[in-house]
Amino acid sequence: MTSTAAGQTPAGGPGGASPPIDSPSSWPLVDRAGYYAAWVAGLALIAIAGSILVYMAVKGAQYFDLGLLTESPTADLDQSKAGGFKDPLIGTALLTVMAVAIAAPLGVAIAVWLTEYGRPAGLARAVESGIEVVAGTPSIVLAIFGLLVFQNQLLAPFSFEAEGDAVFGRSFIAAACMMSLIALPLVVGATREALNAIPGHVREASYALGKTKAATIRRVLLPAVRPGIGTGTALGMGRVAGDTAIVIVLLGGTLQITRGSDDVFGLFRGTGSTLTSYVYLNSPAGEGQAPEKAYFAAFVLLLVVVALNFAVTRIARGRKEAAWTR
Amino acid sequence: MLGAVACLVLVLIAGMVIFVFAKAWPSFAHNGLSWFTSGADVDLQLEDILNSPANPSEYVYKLNAWPLLWGTFVVTAGAVAIGIVFSLFAAIFIVEFAPPRLNHVLEPVVRLLAAVPSVIYGLIGILVIVPWVGEHLISLERKESVIQVVQLDGACIMVGIAVLTVMITPIMIAIVVDALRAVPRSWMEGAAALGANRWRVMWTVAVRTARPAVIAAAVLATARALGEAIMLSMVAGSASFAPNPIDGITFLFEPTRPLASALVENVEGISVVPFGQTLYAFAAILLISSVFLSLAGYVAKQPLRKYGVRP
Repeated sequence: MTSTAAGQTPAGGPGGASPPIDSPSSWPLVDRAGYYAAWVAGLALIAIAGSILVYMAVKGAQYFDLGLLTESPTADLDQSKAGGFKDPLIGTALLTVMAVAIAAPLGVAIAVWLTEYGRPAGLARAVESGIEVVAGTPSIVLAIFGLLVFQNQLLAPFSFEAEGDAVFGRSFIAAACMMSLIALPLVVGATREALNAIPGHVREASYALGKTKAATIRRVLLPAVRPGIGTGTALGMGRVAGDTAIVIVLLGGTLQITRGSDDVFGLFRGTGSTLTSYVYLNSPAGEGQAPEKAYFAAFVLLLVVVALNFAVTRIARGRKEAAWTR
Repeated sequence: MLGAVACLVLVLIAGMVIFVFAKAWPSFAHNGLSWFTSGADVDLQLEDILNSPANPSEYVYKLNAWPLLWGTFVVTAGAVAIGIVFSLFAAIFIVEFAPPRLNHVLEPVVRLLAAVPSVIYGLIGILVIVPWVGEHLISLERKESVIQVVQLDGACIMVGIAVLTVMITPIMIAIVVDALRAVPRSWMEGAAALGANRWRVMWTVAVRTARPAVIAAAVLATARALGEAIMLSMVAGSASFAPNPIDGITFLFEPTRPLASALVENVEGISVVPFGQTLYAFAAILLISSVFLSLAGYVAKQPLRKYGVRP
């Protein structure tokens, strides 16, 4: 989806480099209007993105406070005592990694099946459109469906049981499972694109050496599409880190990370918060009413997301070095 | 084996539709078609449902969800209508008219706009745009003219539409740009050779060839806009009010609350049985419309395959 302007074609118009006589000033009025509208739209995009970045950077610098990064949040009416957002920061990292750890293997498996096997064709098309459906499902619906699933008695080990027999159904595992569905279509898309870019003769060369199809996939294709998988994963991480609805519904809404039990899995069964839910709760829309902290947390969140997007660009550039696949 | 993994996706979707609808059924069944009509204040009705007695036979379900549906429709339609025009021109600019140096900026810009989390859009909206609109764009007379019905404080459908447009344009631009790039060069050169100028070539040949992509972009962006909960609950006023187009310009300044926002704001009460079922009814409406939109987008994208584009 964000592979927008990749593969830039050199030099403009449909008459080659720049046709000397064809300048907009000689065009009919309607055409000129369209031409200028296109310029306005393009510049407006840059202006909007620029002002968002500058505004967040200014606000982030204004409320800059490294202490916030290392303090746990506490509930207090006095905002100066309410602590920072160490726990939300850890929560974001933990949730993102868990979600991607689920989504990446699944996504790669689905992409490999779709491009390398894809039979019966009807099923492949159904799965393909199914991925689109998953990508289009609102995250709040995924969240509320996840609640339905994880409140099931069978899945009680993944969260914890409240008094009575009710299963709480909210935990890092529950949130990560649903978050993985957000990352999944991106991983599938990027991996498929990379697999499709590998020409047939690479596969044929491998078969000619006596490799089976499975060995070809494992030893030849998967190493070649590693940058594609990386791109999809990084995009997915960005999307997961930025999602709020699932966190609010499925992570339990405790500001501090609370362990679900005392054993090793306690952390994963526990509840917590992430940067997104922290921003939401501290904005005027939530109960927190601490816009300064919301600004700084949002700035940190934006940095994380922008960094992940830079990673995508870097990985995509690395892909060009694998020249043997052309 | 891999096929089995792939089929999990289908199982998941089927499970999602079945479970959510099963859970939502009581709310639809008790209200019948009046679920979709307008009636008493939705917020009060939701409160009644939340406070309904613990005895299952006395559960309250009465709900007329029209204001929520109408709010969803107005905001989504507004954002998609503005967004499709805007992103079409922006895509033409990126593909044809932007100087190469500007294009190096535009690529990360579109990516960035797509990547900014909705809560940040919401934060900027509620802390910057909403107060500004409330102070400068809405005059006192306008506020007083509707004071009996609704309070205008700047959080309104106009801000919601504006921010939502910014959120969904990157998706549309990405799809349209890919399609415009895939239009066979020779067609455009042919048009240019016949004397059409660069704008005519883009508008009459490239855009027309890429029409399926424009439709697919609009449909997929609609699916995204429908599900936007957090940002809209922050900037669109979050009052279950059905803005009335008869009010003229005031209409734009009236608050609303789309389905998805109503869901996210009321989710604490989900353990109360009838209230939870009502929330699942909201989710069911969202789910079924997004499934249909996604499938429609998938179908609309198919003709593009002809030109070798794989969106």
